[in-house]
Order: sequence, then structure tokens, then C-alpha cells
Amino acid sequence: MAEPILSIRDLTVEFKTEDGIVRAVTDVSYDLQPGEVLGIVGESGSGKSVSVMSMLGLIPQPPGRVVKGEAVFKGRDLIQLPARELRKIRGGEMAMIFQDPMTSLNPVLTIGDQIGEAVQVHNPGKSDAETRVRTVQLLELVGVPFAERRVDQYPHEFSGGMRQRAMIAMAIANDPSVLIADEPTTALDVTIQAQIVEVLKAARAETHASIILITHDLGLIAELADRVVVMYAGRVVELGDVFTIFNSPRHPYTLGLLNSLARLDGDQEWLHPIPGQPPSLIAPPPGCSFHPRCELSQGRTLCRTEIPPLRSFSEIEEHVSRCHFAEELAAAETPVAT
Amino acid sequence: MTERQPSAEIPPQDREEVRLDSGIVTPHGSPAVAVPEQPLDTGLELPAATEQLALAYGAGITPKARSQWSYARIRFFRHRLAVISLFVLLAIGFVALFASRVAPYGFDELDLENITASPTTKDQHYFGTDLLGRDYLSRVIFGLRTSLWVALFVALLSTAIGTTIGAIAGYFGGVVDNLLMRFTDLILTLPTLAVLLTASAFFGSGDPLRVGVILALIFWTPLARIVRGVFLSLREKEYVEAAKASGASDIRIIARHMLPNTLGPLIVNATLLVAGAILVEAALSFLGFGIQPPNPALGKLIADGQGEGFNLWWLVTFPGLTIVVIALSINFIGDGLRDALDPTQRRVSG
Repeated sequence: MAEPILSIRDLTVEFKTEDGIVRAVTDVSYDLQPGEVLGIVGESGSGKSVSVMSMLGLIPQPPGRVVKGEAVFKGRDLIQLPARELRKIRGGEMAMIFQDPMTSLNPVLTIGDQIGEAVQVHNPGKSDAETRVRTVQLLELVGVPFAERRVDQYPHEFSGGMRQRAMIAMAIANDPSVLIADEPTTALDVTIQAQIVEVLKAARAETHASIILITHDLGLIAELADRVVVMYAGRVVELGDVFTIFNSPRHPYTLGLLNSLARLDGDQEWLHPIPGQPPSLIAPPPGCSFHPRCELSQGRTLCRTEIPPLRSFSEIEEHVSRCHFAEELAAAETPVAT
Repeated sequence: MTERQPSAEIPPQDREEVRLDSGIVTPHGSPAVAVPEQPLDTGLELPAATEQLALAYGAGITPKARSQWSYARIRFFRHRLAVISLFVLLAIGFVALFASRVAPYGFDELDLENITASPTTKDQHYFGTDLLGRDYLSRVIFGLRTSLWVALFVALLSTAIGTTIGAIAGYFGGVVDNLLMRFTDLILTLPTLAVLLTASAFFGSGDPLRVGVILALIFWTPLARIVRGVFLSLREKEYVEAAKASGASDIRIIARHMLPNTLGPLIVNATLLVAGAILVEAALSFLGFGIQPPNPALGKLIADGQGEGFNLWWLVTFPGLTIVVIALSINFIGDGLRDALDPTQRRVSG
């Protein structure tokens, strides 16, 4: 496998709250290969966004704090990088697409101003005229019609889908090598979601960027991702190729997620939700943090006493899972076809 | 992605000329409607609304979207008192600006034939004259100039100080916020008049500039609090986070992304500050610690006049009325601006 462009190792992030210390991300490690789309899935609060935001210095500090770990990007550890250096990387080599385009654009600045800002921050020498040309070009790239005119409009004159296109234009303004999409379609209508997926694909083709796709939409993962990281309660519980994850998951949580999907094919009558609630991250359950909700565990002592290590389940590809009894899933093998 | 043609075939300058005339579209050159040229090459069709927009654009009609400011302007002009006040204030400002042209006499010109004349049209002494025969209308006009100048200066300077301190406190939060806000509280607890009197006694008074600076150093506190409050809420907005994620520096985020969103309350309060500054400056001058003679200031004119009691009533009345009119107009304008710029705080529905 090629040298990863971004390599996260043992990242641990804590937040100080009034109720105690919340360990939002614990010992998270994953690699991002050049040109791939890496999906990160998990419930709200599973640490998917925090793991990414913390390496870009975008979590408020305090209360947030990176306890340990590193995020090596092109030979440099982002965690140790001084704020000034990190700022040059943000929006430059590593850019972000935010979840809600309705609130992620400043209402008092025109679309052109905001995309142009992303251009100019990283190319201070660029004249206003050059910036404008580039901005229009970017808007056309993401499929905003009449870009020449719409560049001077304000966000309230844009629909949700158009705004998200503008956000994507902003993110790819400086040809990033890593694009982080934090739930890029969650706030949009289903029909618009499909369009944005196409725009994301186009943006990827244009910039050849690697993409980290944070979402809880497994459909989006199936559509876009090459590999998948499944997170639960701040930990990576399973990591593998997208087909492997969908066809033969080796963690009961992943299986639970797949089973709780509403599907249009098949004659499934009821959804199968995962029982219970995600655990409190202030006082996580001992042992495997998923055991209180796990159908596999069923009160086994091992699950309650020991945190399962990440174990490999394939010799030909990378596929790891954090479950003591993952073999039982393999034996049962109830493939959820994609 | 492949390169793309411009969305409409007609050059923009031509497109502009296509107009809707008496309900008939008059096409200019080639078909103005450019719908088939799909700007989106992802293979997806444009939604119907976009298509209509395309039609509208193609026909040269730009759907006129009103900006927040034009809505604000409409709301302001609906506020009758504010509009009247605006005209009154503009007139007063005009008079003050061209004082030497408008005033019938100089401010220290003596008319020894008309000493202590009551208001009369004779020799243009509309506001009467004082014990030295100086024309009071002229003195009020020149006093107006000094007072307005000081008030504007105070409003601008204290707005600048307050905004800077509030913005820094609100943006950075934590220890910085705590230090700056406790300092603000400290200034706020000072008995204003006592401090002002001490300061002007200490640094010397008389010079309008010096009085202005002293006033501004006291007046910035409410603005600092307001700006901090707005910044605290703006800081959590996604677009600020997005700006951060695109690599913008702190100063850039403060100046370009957050300050413009603070303009509403900022303008309203700066306006009200002008009224406050005029009143306090008048009080200072009245007490003899503000503007010193021979510069006339409205407060000083009242102080001069009150020694003469009710006999020369015009000496107190006219400068006093002027202050009232100015302060009232500014407050009405401030009310109008508040309704216009911050519709959520509206008291009366228009």
C-alpha cells in the first residue's frame, strides 16, 4: 500500500465539563491513503467529528484538549504544529466542508466575498480581479448556474443546495490534498443530497484530493467511500474496505447499524434498531463500551471486564475489529447484501 | 471536469438591454433563454425553480432581491418621528456647519445699542441679547457647533474604544474576557460626574478636544458590553468556524466576519451616545468645567444666563430648548434605527 497522506495514531481528546471530563476520542488510529475516500460512521457523539476537528485545531481549547497522539500529514505532526503553521494548512492543503450550508455562510458577505476570501487568505499576492475570475470558475465547477452573476449575491439569495455547492467551492478553492466533509448532505433534502454527491465526486475528480467523509448515512458511505472507519463511544470499533464492512461485518455494532437501515429492496417489515442509548463518555461502561447494548455479549464477563483489542480479520486486506467474540459473527454470517 | 461554455450565448452587455416592455418580451439577438445550456455537467437536470431563474436571467430580468439594508431603510422611513427628527437634526447640523454664514452676528460681536434686548425681530436679535449686547441667536448657533462637534467626536472615539475592547473580550473569551470586563465594570461603577470634574480640573479644561477625550474615556463602557455580548453569540456561529477552517486569521475573522454582523446594535447605540454626550458636555460646561470662554457651548450659555434670573429668561430658555430638541431628535432617530436594524426588539408593529 502506498504511503498514507495522513496518518492518525492513538489520538485521544478530552473535554472538561462541569460534570467531569468527557473523553470524546480514545486511542483513535487510522490512515488516509492518497486519492481514497475514507468514510467515518457512528452515532452522534461517537467522536467522528472531534477526531478530525482536533487535528485541525478547530475544537475550542479549553475546554477541549488533545491528551495524546499524533496526526502526521506530509511528514509533519499537526498536533504539535504551532497555530500559525496550522492556519496555513487549514483551507489550504486541508479543507473542510461543513454540515449545514444554511448557517455556515456569513449572511452579510456575498458568496463571492466568502469564496474569494478562501482564495486570498492563502494567496495574498492575488489581485481582486484574479480572485474574482477564480471564484467564478470555482462556482461553475460546482455547478452553480449563472456564476458570473450569482457571485455577487448574498447567501439568502441561494437555496440550500446552491449554498452547499458554494461551500464545496470554498473548500476546493486552493486545491487541497485532503478534503474533510463533515456530514455534507445531512442538512439537505434527499433530492438535493443526490446532486451534492455528484458535486463531491466532481470536486474529487478536479482536485484529486483524498476525502474524509464523516457521516451517519450508510447510504452515502456505500455511494462514495472506499474504506470505512466505524466509531463507537470515541473508539474505532471496526475498520475495513467498504465491501467487507457491508458484507461481512466483524463487530456487532456495525451489524446493528446495517440492520437498522430502512431498505427499499427486500420485504423487510420492521426496522431492527440497536437497543439502548450510547453510553455516557464521562463514565463509560467498563470493558467493551458497547456491551450493555450488545446482542453478542449477553452478560459474558469478558465483555464487562476487558476492553477488546483491535484484531485483524483478514490476511489480504486491512480489516480490524474490536470485539472479543467477532468469530461468532463470522460463523453466523448473515450477510447484509449491498 | 470538462471546460464549459458561458451559460448564455449573448454577451452580458446585450443581455442587460433585453427588457420586459408592456408585458412583451423583446428578444435581443439570439434567443435570450439559455436553458438548454446546462451549467451543471454532472448529468443531473436543473430543478424547475432554477429553470425559471434561468428564464428570468436569460430575459435580462434580474429578480430583485432586497438586501437587509434596503429592508432596514424601508422600516426606518416608516417610523414617522424618526424621519422628522432626522430632518430636524440635518437642518441643525447644516446650521452648525455653516455657522459663520448663517449667524447674523459673530459670537463675540457687541451691539451696544441693544443690550439685554428681549427676543425681537429688530436688528435680527431673534433670541435677544445678553448683558454685553451679544446676539444670542448667533451665540446659540456657534455654541451648537462646539457642542455637536464634541458630541460626534465623543461618540466616534468611545464607539471605537468600546468596540475594540468588547470585540477582543467576546472573541477570545476566558481570561482575556474576564480581565477586560472587570475593567469595564470598574469604569462603569465610577461616579461619572465626579470623575469628569476631577479629570477636567486635573488635565485642564476649555479645549473642546480635551473635553471630548475625557468624555470618551468614560462613555465607551456600554458599547463594550453590547459588542462583547453579540460577539459571544457570533463566536459559536458555523460561519465563523467555517472561516477558521478556511485558514482566516483572528483579526480577519473579527473584522470581516463578526463586526459587520454587529453593525445594527453598534449604530443604534453610537447614535444614542451622541445625545448622551451632548447632555453631559452641557452639564460639564454648565458647571464651568467644560468648554471655556470665549468658545460658546450650549451648557455654558445656560450657565451664563442663569445668573440673570427670570428677568432675562431668554438667556436660559433658548440654549436649553436647543439642547432638548437635539437630544430628543437623536433619541427618536435611535429608536427608529433600532426598529429598522433589529426588528426582533420592536415594540410597536408598524
